[in-house]
Amino acid sequence: MAAQEQQQPQSRDVEAEADAPEAPPAAPEAQASVATQGVDDLLDEIDGVLESNAEEFVRAFVQKGGQ
Amino acid sequence: MTARPEGLPSDKLPVGGAMRVMGSETEYGIHSPSAPGANATMMSARIIQAYANLTRQRAAGGAETRWDYTDEEPLHDARGWTVERSAADPSQLTDRPPVLDAEAVALAYGRQELEADGGDESGSLLMNMVLGNGARLYVDHAHPEYSSPEVTNPRDIVAWDAAGDLVALATVRKVAADPDLPAINLYKNNTDNKSVSYGSHENYLMPRSVPFGDIVRGLTPFFVTRQVICGAGRLGKGQDGSTAGFQISQRADFFEAEVGLETTIRRPIINTRDEPHATADKYRRLHVIIGDANLSQVSNYLKFGTTALVLSLIEAGQAPKIEVHEPVAGLQAISHDTSLTATVRLLDGRRVTALDIQWMYYEAAAKLGQETGVSDSFSGDGHTRDVLERWESTLGLLGSNPAGAASSVEWLAKMSLLDGYRNRDGLEWNDARLGLVDLQWSDVRPEKGLYYRMLSRDRMQTIVDDAAINRAVIEPPSDTRAYFRGKCVSSFGKDVVGASWDSVIFDVPGIGKLQRVPTREPLRGTEALTGQLFRKHATAGAFLRELLGLDPTPPA
Repeated sequence: MAAQEQQQPQSRDVEAEADAPEAPPAAPEAQASVATQGVDDLLDEIDGVLESNAEEFVRAFVQKGGQ
Repeated sequence: MTARPEGLPSDKLPVGGAMRVMGSETEYGIHSPSAPGANATMMSARIIQAYANLTRQRAAGGAETRWDYTDEEPLHDARGWTVERSAADPSQLTDRPPVLDAEAVALAYGRQELEADGGDESGSLLMNMVLGNGARLYVDHAHPEYSSPEVTNPRDIVAWDAAGDLVALATVRKVAADPDLPAINLYKNNTDNKSVSYGSHENYLMPRSVPFGDIVRGLTPFFVTRQVICGAGRLGKGQDGSTAGFQISQRADFFEAEVGLETTIRRPIINTRDEPHATADKYRRLHVIIGDANLSQVSNYLKFGTTALVLSLIEAGQAPKIEVHEPVAGLQAISHDTSLTATVRLLDGRRVTALDIQWMYYEAAAKLGQETGVSDSFSGDGHTRDVLERWESTLGLLGSNPAGAASSVEWLAKMSLLDGYRNRDGLEWNDARLGLVDLQWSDVRPEKGLYYRMLSRDRMQTIVDDAAINRAVIEPPSDTRAYFRGKCVSSFGKDVVGASWDSVIFDVPGIGKLQRVPTREPLRGTEALTGQLFRKHATAGAFLRELLGLDPTPPA
């Protein structure tokens, strides 16, 4: 299980550079869509690192009291 | 580096600003997915043991040292009395080493394994270590806890607190590398969302001359509201998290009193535990239990930096003169309102938001910084100005464009991720996947921890760089007694039989009895004062002889 968990997620930083650096400043609408795109990519990556069986995993996380 | 006004003695810090002797404590959530019923105290001991094995490899003679319990006084109340042991909750008796009975140890480890690597010479389990960076790593109740070394400023606390997360990561890797043991995960959070909470504490050194009543009055409105800048965010409301929704603070729902000695039951906004771990007639150590554990460096920085500023206001008699009506209810109402529009009633009748109260404290702190000169960009203390600027800009963003603070304020960062999932997949707040996002946010492994995934995409601002954090895993801060403690452990580990916040105990061949070196002044034992001695001597005997003025070693 340790081995399967230590798999490094694929880096998806490429899309950030896909926009030509020389492009004029994006209009607010375009910026918003780039931001949305960034969130989608982030969520795609996180889908790949989330523990499987969310419900069971969260239910099993039971702690003893602390300070 | 810190600018030191000329003429200031080496054991004094500039007053009026964000510099102060301080430290952090983090209890990590602990879980083994493949062995969900495993005893938490046993697993925590396994974690400490893993680090002992790692440091043994790193430092010849062993960098791990036993904790010395002589000066622990968990039942001393800052209001001036001591609780009878018989009247205390068993969890308050933190001045006795935890004992694992033989049966429990055998259950968790098996005799042979214990003898092979689990125990020290006396056959008992190592539950408590002093590290070469001056920190303490130990089993606290049912969690592994890292207590940072004492530092003098909020930037250093970010580095040495984050170093604890790397220590935790190292232990997780070490356990995972053992094919015979179930892997253990550690989480830097504060609740299991099933009615249990565990703490992340702050400690601040104050002059004992400040009346405790002033501290209570000055801090309570600040503590009720500072969560808007340093809350870590939590899915679910109520102690068991059963009410759907998202709230600002991990800890708010677990607080039930305004002032008190307890830390595990009836938790108070202001904790009165009075263990100075220093010269008791000069200092008090303010033990703060209301904070969330922070992964966001900016939230952590502001948590310590602004609290240090408010303590300076209290010491100067310049804290805002306000009192919140029903602060415990206010704390929870503010935590439950991510729109930041909830109001609390002040005793003078005004209704104000958390941001209003934070601005009152900011204005007072900015004024005091200016009056004392510590916030001056050239002649100031090198920290106060930066804390004030970040505090001001963060409050400004929270008031105008909260989404803009998602790269710095932890609860907003976590909420942005949860909102992303809710929007993309149409999830309700009580969906288990959102619960997993909340939990896994704080996994200490960078490939699994969602905070670290955000960090790697430059979605989180930082205060200190990775190199500084890596250094802080090994090196103690140079400007407090933690330097002396850490250097004793890393240089003379095999001759150090015990250490605590205010002592290091040596057992050196040729020096008859145990030598206990007291370190009761937190700003002594610094590199400036003792670095030369460490560089000069290769053996503990020669070091100690010069330090204590024992019979000089005959010239070689």
